[in-house]
Amino acid sequence: MHNLTIKQMSEKLHAGEITSVQLTQHYLDRISQYDAELNAFVTVTPELAISMAEAADKMLAAGNGELLTGIPIAHKDIFCTDGVKTSCSSKMLDNFIAPYDAYVVEKLKKVGMPILGKTNMDEFAMGSTSESSYYGPTKNPWDLNAVPGGSSGGAAAVISAGLAPMATGTDTGGSIRQPASFCGITGIKPTYGSVSRFGIVAYASSFDQAGPMTRSAEDAAWMLNAMAGFDERDSTSLERETPDFAAELNQPLKGLKIGVPAEYFGEGLDSGVEDVVRNAIAEVEKLGAETVEVHLPNKDLAVPSYYVLAPAEASSNLSRFDGVRFGHRCEAPKDLEDLYKRSRSEGFGAEVKRRIMVGAYALSAGFYDAYYLKAQKLRRMVRDDFTKAFESCDVIMGPVAPSPAFNIGEKSDDQVSMYLSDLYTIPVNLAGLPGLSVPAGFVNNRPVGLHIVGPYFSEAKLLNIGHQYQQVTDWHKQMPEQYQ
Amino acid sequence: MSLGKTEVEYISRLAAIEVNESEVNDVAAKLSNILDLFSQMQATDTENVSPMAHPLDQVQRLRPDVVTAVDQHEKLQSVAPKVENDLYLVPQVIE
Repeated sequence: MHNLTIKQMSEKLHAGEITSVQLTQHYLDRISQYDAELNAFVTVTPELAISMAEAADKMLAAGNGELLTGIPIAHKDIFCTDGVKTSCSSKMLDNFIAPYDAYVVEKLKKVGMPILGKTNMDEFAMGSTSESSYYGPTKNPWDLNAVPGGSSGGAAAVISAGLAPMATGTDTGGSIRQPASFCGITGIKPTYGSVSRFGIVAYASSFDQAGPMTRSAEDAAWMLNAMAGFDERDSTSLERETPDFAAELNQPLKGLKIGVPAEYFGEGLDSGVEDVVRNAIAEVEKLGAETVEVHLPNKDLAVPSYYVLAPAEASSNLSRFDGVRFGHRCEAPKDLEDLYKRSRSEGFGAEVKRRIMVGAYALSAGFYDAYYLKAQKLRRMVRDDFTKAFESCDVIMGPVAPSPAFNIGEKSDDQVSMYLSDLYTIPVNLAGLPGLSVPAGFVNNRPVGLHIVGPYFSEAKLLNIGHQYQQVTDWHKQMPEQYQ
Repeated sequence: MSLGKTEVEYISRLAAIEVNESEVNDVAAKLSNILDLFSQMQATDTENVSPMAHPLDQVQRLRPDVVTAVDQHEKLQSVAPKVENDLYLVPQVIE
């Protein structure tokens, strides 16, 4: 059952060939069988899943089912889920049972998607490997010595190993696309503001964006249709009509202009990854597309700019964790300041503390202009590069990450080298553009994704390209042997 | 840029995060590495560039000034570490 596409699952559910309870139980069984070695889940919710599946079966029987009704899902542990532990993979929230649903969770519940559990991640979404989780690292199903990427590493591993057919992720600096690349799955970060941030534990609010993590572009289109939409509780939610993201899936690609940024294929890019990406672009050209060279001259400014802005926003967002209203509280505080300081020092892990401290410093008197304001100016320059590039092309293609998945422990003590590995994904977050990663091959038996970036609101086009590419390739269908 | 013990203590106070004596050198070294990364920004001329706060240069949406949220303090306080008479308890602030 776990090899079916979402459309096939949906057809079987609607035809009564399978029930949501059977489908949900199938995934719960796989989770029991495989998650001990992968550590992709922080919490598994079998009772909730089955009761939701029973309700979904009733919806289907009554003829009230939608396309995704009855299809189980795993939520990244950053999405508040009413009555379920929502830890953000932090000791700080280890005791936090969310008292409400995030917008995305609420919406997908209404559709009737049973919740299998909550997936592991880098603590507070701050990382590129999922190693900084309080609950230990998630492993990459393709190679248990490799990281799954991050921060949505648990979600990517779950899809890759077939422990859930769909999963939610969030992408602040690449956290959907990079783990999608590392685990050989499909992931899309929509245009900033497309999916409500309400109930997502905030990291860097001007970047945070939720999106689908699935096996195929077609699956992602169905899921994005169910996730997106205006929400007045998110102050940056876009007030525009939500398009049908699946509407263009079958459009031919004839005449598509692919921008290939010369700067993305330079020094630092693994030659194996370069081959995979160039072959993938050639494959799309065979479908009638043509390539043009474009330039993103300020790409090297993106990483430093992001690592000023995101921690600055984080230092403000994470000031809510004070040991008073929710989350970890230290024992026997001697005064209020001691309560704040010790609760935070005990509750946060090393990387979270570092980013809060860096952010506080970048915003502090005397440094604000040199760091924060400078970074905001560079953010505009990076965005303007894209605007200019899109004058001569429809989409941009390139690598998602400079290498395939690295080994567990390889970069965990060298932050700056880890930050620099986000160089292809971060510019897209700075600009707020949509970006898709689709599986495009392997290097040393580890998956590699193709990165497709488009202008604002071009999600349907990106998914169209992904889907057409997946009609002529089978990388997205491949699963690690031991989980088939 | 290299941070010393004084700077780390200052940042620790700004961030309300305790840094133990034994961690100071390590924290200083790692934060300094990150600040070195930031220094790469300085060479770029941004004289005529205006700062960008949001991707789509959005402005804050306004709504009518009417009550929309319902009172659910019991549910929200159910996850609080210490509550008494609907109030959050903290160590005494005023003697």
